[in-house]
Amino acid sequence: MGLKNSFTSGRRRVGLLAVLTMQAGLAGCAGAPGPDGINDPYEATNRKVHAFNRGVDRALVGPAAEGYGSVVPEPVQRVVGNVADTLDLPGDIANNLLQLRIADAGQNSLRLTMNLIFGIGGLFDFSTAIGLPGKPTDFGETLHVWGVGEGVYVELPFAGPSTARDAAGMAVDVVLNPVRLALPDKEATAATVLKLFSRLGDRNRYSDTIDSILYESADSYAQARLLYLQNRRFELGQEAGAAEGAGDEGFIDPYEDPYAE
Amino acid sequence: MPNEIILTRRAFAAGLAVTAAALALPLPAQALTADQARSLVDKTVADINSIINSGKSEGAMLGDFERLFARYADVPAIARSVLGPAARQASKAQLSAYTKAFQGYISRKYGRRFREFIGGRIEVADARKVKSFYEVISTAHLKGEAPFEVRWHVSDKSGKSLFFNIIIEGVNMLASERTEMGALLDQRGGDLDRLIKDLARL
Repeated sequence: MGLKNSFTSGRRRVGLLAVLTMQAGLAGCAGAPGPDGINDPYEATNRKVHAFNRGVDRALVGPAAEGYGSVVPEPVQRVVGNVADTLDLPGDIANNLLQLRIADAGQNSLRLTMNLIFGIGGLFDFSTAIGLPGKPTDFGETLHVWGVGEGVYVELPFAGPSTARDAAGMAVDVVLNPVRLALPDKEATAATVLKLFSRLGDRNRYSDTIDSILYESADSYAQARLLYLQNRRFELGQEAGAAEGAGDEGFIDPYEDPYAE
Repeated sequence: MPNEIILTRRAFAAGLAVTAAALALPLPAQALTADQARSLVDKTVADINSIINSGKSEGAMLGDFERLFARYADVPAIARSVLGPAARQASKAQLSAYTKAFQGYISRKYGRRFREFIGGRIEVADARKVKSFYEVISTAHLKGEAPFEVRWHVSDKSGKSLFFNIIIEGVNMLASERTEMGALLDQRGGDLDRLIKDLARL
């Protein structure tokens, strides 16, 4: 969660990454999930990346987030988070449109307009205050809507748990982010830095949860993988699932367990 | 002949009485309704809130959470399911020692996290039948957080209506604890007795 999106690198490196993940994605689309719903043929490599990510979190991201949380006053943290969210909105709207989710696109557009005008350029989240929450999305979801399967599970360096499809989506979101494309280089960099601070804020805010997964569980790799996949599938299936049988996928019947007796 | 008729009449009357009594009493099995599933979750949530707001020490609160868990959740079914295949090989004594250790372990683990609920509330929205159980859908409103969905799976297969799983934004407690317990058991070379001993300290 807190490890997501640590792309500080320049556009060229991000572009390279995009190509690499696309290739990994295409190569990784083979294979079906096991009975546990997990498709992780590259587990050995993923575990190495996970160990690396854990090291990065322990040595850098975790302490930096703690420092950020204790030094920067909460209202300022909130403003940073709000601006970062506002900067995400154009990308969200573009994805909403690509998904043909016109109502969501409308809601996010209204949100963007309101927060820019009444939230003073996105400093304040005016929209949520009046009951207009965001409909965050990404290109991974767009690919899902277009019928692309999630592919293999991957843990990305710095970015953390993902799937072949979501990794490709993330690369596209970074490269084709309308805000980055519209802003001059300097401002685009400033926006990226701001997003990084917002991520540090998230890492700090959810530190109990993140620490319990990364440092207190017996197998932090398997826990992070399960959590990501379950939560991601929930996010993506939300609209369809609300109608019928939403709980079925995750349903385990302990009374008719193959393990019991 | 007349005697037989009297007997039959008596039996008939007795039968009526039994049926009437059965109708008046809630049956333990087959009686779970959406409303009952809902009210179980309502009671659980109310008790969680009163524990959090009791102002007791953390240690005392963790004890209260364990009692709450034992009362409203089907601990033996959850414990066995979480242990997975190893539950099959376990002896009766091992299974009961494990279930007891598991109850404390899980109450401490989640009890510590319930502090995040301080100042928050859970609204129970809807209950519906899914397969052989009921799913109660609720929304958690925590301070400074966007509301999120919590689903409770409730069954009366134990003879009482109790919850056996909680799903938070798609994240399934049983599945997550299965992964954890499997890893804990692996770390101990599959030694269930060691796991039972260690669970008391985890």
